[in-house]
Amino acid sequence: MLEIRGLSKHYPGRRGSKGVDALKDVSLSITKRESFGLVGESGSGKTTLTRCVLGLEPPTAGSIIFDGVDLASLSPAAMRAMRARIQIVFQDPYASLNPRMTAHDIVAEPMIVHRDTLRLDRRQRSDRVVELLDLVGLGEQHLHRFPHEFSGGQRQRIGIARALSVNPELLVLDEPTSALDVSVQAQVLNLLHALQERLHLTYLFISHDLGVIRYVCDRVALIYRGEIVEQGPAGDIFDRPGSDYGRMLIAAMPEPDPDRSPFRTPA
Amino acid sequence: MALLEIDDLHLAMRSFEGEAHVLAGVNLTIERGEIWGLVGETGCGKSLTGLSVSRLVPSPPGRYLKGAIRFDGQDLLGCDETAMRRLRGRRIGMIFQDPTTNLNPAFRIVDQMVDVALHAASTDPSVLGLPAGAGRGERRAAARRHAQAMLERVGIRDAAQRLDDYPHQFSGGMRQRVLIAMALIGRPDLLIADEPTTALDVSVQAQILRLLYGLVQEDGLTVLMITHNLGVVAQLCSHVAVMYAGTVVEAGPVRDVFKAPGHPYTRALLAAVPSAATPRGALRGLAGVVPNLLHPPAGCRFASRCAAVMPTCFAAPPPAVPVGEGRTVACLLAQPAEA
Repeated sequence: MLEIRGLSKHYPGRRGSKGVDALKDVSLSITKRESFGLVGESGSGKTTLTRCVLGLEPPTAGSIIFDGVDLASLSPAAMRAMRARIQIVFQDPYASLNPRMTAHDIVAEPMIVHRDTLRLDRRQRSDRVVELLDLVGLGEQHLHRFPHEFSGGQRQRIGIARALSVNPELLVLDEPTSALDVSVQAQVLNLLHALQERLHLTYLFISHDLGVIRYVCDRVALIYRGEIVEQGPAGDIFDRPGSDYGRMLIAAMPEPDPDRSPFRTPA
Repeated sequence: MALLEIDDLHLAMRSFEGEAHVLAGVNLTIERGEIWGLVGETGCGKSLTGLSVSRLVPSPPGRYLKGAIRFDGQDLLGCDETAMRRLRGRRIGMIFQDPTTNLNPAFRIVDQMVDVALHAASTDPSVLGLPAGAGRGERRAAARRHAQAMLERVGIRDAAQRLDDYPHQFSGGMRQRVLIAMALIGRPDLLIADEPTTALDVSVQAQILRLLYGLVQEDGLTVLMITHNLGVVAQLCSHVAVMYAGTVVEAGPVRDVFKAPGHPYTRALLAAVPSAATPRGALRGLAGVVPNLLHPPAGCRFASRCAAVMPTCFAAPPPAVPVGEGRTVACLLAQPAEA
């Protein structure tokens, strides 16, 4: 579905300085209908990688092949059409919704942007918004409310509905639950799981929360300083990490089990 | 005597829409050397409880309706600002969530730390190991030495040189260490840590937890750790208090509470955290919303979302029942321990 080959991204520094290699020869492939987890700490290159996949950032070297097409080879118009097939849900549901737009307008906007591909008139768009809100567990009474009238979990549902409005195949989930409380996070994770089953979606799930990644992902890649240090089935990586970085990261993961604390001896 | 005793604390906050009853009978007893985790979700009052102990809740809008906070026997709600200033930064240290905004970017680390040290020394000169009549220059020099010692204590290498750096020259984890060092300057008895690792990466979080644990073991510190991360509590804390909508629903030794949660909310919270054994789709969220604290329900505040709710739950707030060694559960279904 998505194949990243030898991707590098270099940000030039000021004159005289070397700049930053945000991504170094990153290769990974994501199969249709799987959940692929990308785990890394701050500054590891997770965001740069997603920006490249979304076509927001031109890579320095390497290629991104989506469904057999090299994204770099596409004309701007073809890239625009391609973007309908790759959508993103952002981390912060407080910052990623325009406070001056209603839930209806927020969810309808991508359909206006992609009207050439979708060909929906105003009435059809509105019907679809109702359908989408229902899909993410919101009702018609929420249509004309503004973002501040929603809780964090509800806002993230709106963000998901917006991403789904243009029938994407690949959904990039950039820390979709890190701004939410655990009880709400659980609901959103379950919603994402149900949607994936129902709409046959492929997920690229980015997070630094290892517990969440282990829960939702089939395969996982660990990224450290712009390089993929390890990738494989989630179970293998969590049970038998093969790299030093992987071992360190898994050991640092705070398990909600007092008997697994490094500071205590089990009773 | 317990180091910290919060007894039936009620706090109201004035807002445009009326007065919200944000803390409704918080009870907590912390003995020396314990590490307490105060957990709960956004808006449950855990930070306000921490701020109440250091008396940093502005008044107005805050107003204490009832209850007491006793620190080493001293009633804090009766203290005036002068008395509180003698405690803060000296016997009660505090660290907060965001290590970036809590350091002044315009001053070198050393200046910020020396300020705190001199403040602490103004109430207790022994903090710097100086006699009462020491001169100004002597005090400054001692404060710098002490600041350096504290930086070394929290694991910052080349502390002597790093003292003269500005906050932006430190990474997030290092800044949090600087803030911990700053909180330790007055050799506090109690450290209140409000989400100290939330802004940090997991590997750095693990280092900070190790540091806090070491301080408790070696320096006899007592910690009140405010967090929403149940994993952090399970790892670090000896005891835990679970808060919901301004009340402590369950408290006790961390292993007892996590292994056999007594309150339906604690159970729901633990069921919402994915663990190694959770199959996909099996995670349980919590339906419903937190009650509006402007018009709090008469009975149990969790009743509207509780899986085990009974008609009697809506009548009156359930009392905290002792259910075992040092353990309470505020639920009508809790079985009191045999005396």
